[in-house]
Amino acid sequence: MNNFTAHAFYVFRSNPVTALAFIAFALILVIAFVGPFMVPYDPLATDAVNSFAPPSWSHWFGTDQVGRDIFSRTVVATRLDLLISVVAVMLSLVLGTAVGCVAGYFGGWFDRITSRLVDTIMAFPLFVLAMGIVAAMGNSVTNIIYATAIINLPFYIRLARTEVNVRRESAFVDAALITGNHHSRIIAVHLLPNILPPMMVQISLNMGWAILNAAGLSFIGLGVRPPAAEWGIMVAEGAQYIVSGEWWISFFPGLALMLCVLCFNFMGDGLRDLMDPRKRT
Amino acid sequence: MDSIQKFDAEPVVSVNQLSIGFHTRQGDITAVRDVTWQVHRGEILGIVGESGSGKSVSTLALIGLLDDNGYIVSGSMTYQQHLLTARSKSAQEKQYRASMAMIFQYPRMALNPIRRVGKQLMDVLQVIGTPGNRAVLKARAIELLNEVQIHEPEQRFHAYPFELSGGMCQRVLIAMALARSPDLLIADEPTTGLDVVTQDAILGMITQAATTRQMATLLITHDLGLAAKYCHRIVVMEQGQVVEQAPAKALFTNPKHPYTRALIAATPALMRDLDDLRAVYRTPEEAA
Repeated sequence: MNNFTAHAFYVFRSNPVTALAFIAFALILVIAFVGPFMVPYDPLATDAVNSFAPPSWSHWFGTDQVGRDIFSRTVVATRLDLLISVVAVMLSLVLGTAVGCVAGYFGGWFDRITSRLVDTIMAFPLFVLAMGIVAAMGNSVTNIIYATAIINLPFYIRLARTEVNVRRESAFVDAALITGNHHSRIIAVHLLPNILPPMMVQISLNMGWAILNAAGLSFIGLGVRPPAAEWGIMVAEGAQYIVSGEWWISFFPGLALMLCVLCFNFMGDGLRDLMDPRKRT
Repeated sequence: MDSIQKFDAEPVVSVNQLSIGFHTRQGDITAVRDVTWQVHRGEILGIVGESGSGKSVSTLALIGLLDDNGYIVSGSMTYQQHLLTARSKSAQEKQYRASMAMIFQYPRMALNPIRRVGKQLMDVLQVIGTPGNRAVLKARAIELLNEVQIHEPEQRFHAYPFELSGGMCQRVLIAMALARSPDLLIADEPTTGLDVVTQDAILGMITQAATTRQMATLLITHDLGLAAKYCHRIVVMEQGQVVEQAPAKALFTNPKHPYTRALIAATPALMRDLDDLRAVYRTPEEAA
């Protein structure tokens, strides 16, 4: 483990942007965990007298049309948005990697069926597919997670399948086979660790998409329901007031969303380098 | 090597009139035709031929690594009196093959690139059911690294394949093969890409292990000189057929077949022209 920390420091030093992204991610995690206990106002409390207040010392990000504190709402929303994207990405990662590994390793009818299914999913415009799933199954956080996981699944299946397939014929797999290793052990011990670095890059990109997707669904009214604090809803609610000059209502949650996605995208290369021992020279 | 050494009457591997074919788009191709050879305990058999002569194919079938489109056309192969098929379908056949080991052509590719070599050795020990906890396995792995003359085995245990030289990787592979105490060791061009000194060290190690452990050993190579130095007997293959089979010394002093003579003549030397090397290949019609 000591070795790993040293390696992590090396990766971060050689790539400051990655280091910054990891620090930002740690910050986002902290906000998600303790944010709701630290915010100055109740995110759902309305204050009609103080509606449309611009950013000030008492309301850092201003207030919205019913006088709710936007700073508090933006901070509190971190937990929900992060939860949706992380759980959805983990779901599609675990399921997609498992299916992709088996399809890539054994080939045959299982590979053919899953590949055609993946093609079918990818033939849909993915956001429309997510809309359809949430609309059909009902407006809940669980269903948003499922919908996000399903539209991300094809990328993991395809990536895992290809990465396993190119390594399936390699000599070290043959060597492991004649030693008497079971196929499941070869996949788990020899192939999976080898395909992790590219999967890491995929994860970080997908986290960004997932969070945008969740916000997008809420924006069109198909996700988390108001008055819950969620970045997508907040942007949607504030959008109609931009023209009349109350820009802060949608600006700050939008900024949080953007920073979050940016941070995930920058983390990708770093995660890959951390996972690949060949970078440890 | 001394060519008049005596071996058991009963061979470890016996390949009889074996023909192996492949299903391809252009129809079925026979890659190996009517090949017959035996190898005994403690014997090192060299299988020599140019690329594409079929020298690897029969051994791949023997160990069960033939490509999916390959199949046995006719003939048979027996290992310790057990008849083998091209693939280990039954648990019993897997059991028979458990006492075979193979050393691969490109050592770096035969090791998992992102797993520590010591861990990979422990994997082998674990799969073959070595008793003891992790500490015992680790001690045994380090012992094995020491046996193949890797310096500072405790440190090298933690190395990744990319941190080792080609020769070191090949030593690790030999350790992995010997860890299984095999009765049959197949070395498929084990010194490709290694310099001459390392080549000598690696082959010396293999032959020494073969003698002390009384393994039957197959050394597949395209280098006739190498085979002559390290093998007891040599099988020369051309176009999928065995053209000559003789004790190493006899083959060199008195080659019977024109192809063997051509191969010997083609051995690079200081005062030779490249044209001598080009004269070896013959078309199937010429060979027939």
